[in-house]
Amino acid sequence: MSIDVKFFASLREQIGKSDIQIESTDSLTCAKIWAQVCNNAPLPSHILMAVNKEYAVQSAPVQDGDEVAFFPPVTGG
Amino acid sequence: MPKQLKHSKVLIVGLGGLGAPVSLYLAAAGVGHLVLVDYDHVDLSNLQRQIIHKTSHIGQEKTVSAQIKLQALVPELQITRFNQRLSKTSLNNMLSDINVVVDCSDNFMTRFAINAACVENGTPLVSGAAVRWKGQVAVFLPAQKHSPCYRCLYNNTEDETETCSQMGILAPLVGIIGSIQALEVIKVLLGIGQSLCGKLLTFDAYTETWRTLKLRKDPACPVCSQLITDN
Repeated sequence: MSIDVKFFASLREQIGKSDIQIESTDSLTCAKIWAQVCNNAPLPSHILMAVNKEYAVQSAPVQDGDEVAFFPPVTGG
Repeated sequence: MPKQLKHSKVLIVGLGGLGAPVSLYLAAAGVGHLVLVDYDHVDLSNLQRQIIHKTSHIGQEKTVSAQIKLQALVPELQITRFNQRLSKTSLNNMLSDINVVVDCSDNFMTRFAINAACVENGTPLVSGAAVRWKGQVAVFLPAQKHSPCYRCLYNNTEDETETCSQMGILAPLVGIIGSIQALEVIKVLLGIGQSLCGKLLTFDAYTETWRTLKLRKDPACPVCSQLITDN
């Protein structure tokens, strides 16, 4: 299956891309996608995830054609 | 000017980059009573983005500096100042007659404390945050059964705050995010329009990208879930 992965703000800067397409034959979750894209780096706490623009938890399953987005925490004011 | 606004009392936590436009717009729009909370003093480094303060106010308490500007704008505006760090008790005492709380603070610990108090008191919360190129706004209406709360979004783990003073921020970004917060406060006070309740509006200023995420109440949320008791 094919998944559209998006990174916003400081995550985009860290990853170096805003948009990555990944292919997989395994069942995927948000956490597995992060691990695949970020070379198994641990998923930092406080990162927000969304599947098809809907808030999702790390273990949320992802289907073929889904868009998965990662947002860094923002607390400044 | 709608009478509902004149008779409204809004608590603003943080008189920094976000609190500046929030308080100015709410005062100008006709909100009758603002409660200003900030323990900090005006510093030269603040003036790049905290447009309510001015050079001659450096060293003053931010709530005092803000009061001077706000009452120059609206002399009849009622202002209550609180120049201390917030505690759970002080927050709960303050919320008894507050119509809306506006979170313009700059760290997770304060945000979690404000959220918990709003959930406990059923007080609407308009939450905004911004750092570097990124901003976000959400509205939580704890009196509504299906409204998520701030704690449904973030785990209360160790504080990993990126503050504006450490990481930098583009001044207009806090103006944009604070203006949206003020807009949402007015909508909640008047009960008009579609609020951002159940949504998180995010803005990436670098790519000029806006996104609205649909939020949901976490059935296991330790703050707002009725499944878990408070002990």
